[in-house]
Amino acid sequence: MSFINYSSREINCKIVYYGPGLCGKTTNLQYIYRRTNPDQKGKLISLATETERTLFFDFLPLALGDIRGFRIRFHLYTVPGQVFYAASRKLILKGVDGIVFVADSQLERMESNMESLDDLGINLSEQNYDLDKIPFTIQYNKRDLPNVVPIEEMDRLLNPRKLVFYEAVAVTGKGVFETLKAVAKQVLFELKKHY
Amino acid sequence: MTGSDLVMYEEEFRRIDEELQKLHQQSNAKVVFLVDKNGQLIASAGETHDIDTTSLASLTAGNIAATGGIARLLGEKEFTILFHEGEKDNIHISLIGQRVILVVIFDNRTSLGLVRLRVKKASETMGRIFEEITLKAEKEKGEGKLEESIFAEISDEDIDNLFR
Repeated sequence: MSFINYSSREINCKIVYYGPGLCGKTTNLQYIYRRTNPDQKGKLISLATETERTLFFDFLPLALGDIRGFRIRFHLYTVPGQVFYAASRKLILKGVDGIVFVADSQLERMESNMESLDDLGINLSEQNYDLDKIPFTIQYNKRDLPNVVPIEEMDRLLNPRKLVFYEAVAVTGKGVFETLKAVAKQVLFELKKHY
Repeated sequence: MTGSDLVMYEEEFRRIDEELQKLHQQSNAKVVFLVDKNGQLIASAGETHDIDTTSLASLTAGNIAATGGIARLLGEKEFTILFHEGEKDNIHISLIGQRVILVVIFDNRTSLGLVRLRVKKASETMGRIFEEITLKAEKEKGEGKLEESIFAEISDEDIDNLFR
């Protein structure tokens, strides 16, 4: 749910990074945070456990610039990936405008990826969103690791809509901004459809 | 999905801002602000300069969402008021019309009783304004008035420019 403020000339959109535990959602946000000018970003907030596993969410506000005199703000959130945080994940999806699904490319994580994608579909439909319609981008992360599944195979398992996907190595930043840009574009074009 | 987007125009924004300023004064609070349930800051009044309002907004919304989740587990619809007491500052959080969150931060210059009383009054007024906003947005969407908005002209290039 976007917030369009004609008085302060701002458009606020919410983007959620979804995916299984340890797939690199927080790492995506941390890289974006490091590589953004101080005047374009707010604090990166992480509600994490002592072992740095996300407990509730990470939050990063970004104001990348203006379009036609309107300041475009993106609020980036991650969900806790671990299975037992299901209730928290649902809460964070409330009012989402666009989703980045971060998949872990390692062979042993394929099942978790599929499980997480199913979980996303169910949680969205509970809130009357449709995974097939909402702005959505998929990122195949950790492509630098030795035991990765070939892209074609991942695409077959996780990307039935044949959407554009991004290969990434979030720790080094490869593919991170490309993914964000792709989802941001979809979100703004979705708004264009409605307004 | 976008049926529930919040669109705020100059006139309504001014009325809400006035109402917040009034609440700030009458309750003798430090800061008063209004947050969308999804964590976006709508308006604020008072000593906001040394507070990170964006983060506060998102965390408040997370707080309300988590408490709402607990409420449903217990068979309650929602807990409409949250109150956190600190050593110096206290925070009073309440829901207006299931849609927006009103946050009042105050210290010992005032009392919880006064804050609650003023919040209740302000909530009624603001609740009405938000109902009007929803109606207005739906009406104008139906009439296609918003077609002249900035979105009509957004291009790939505009979006590329954001990421330079």
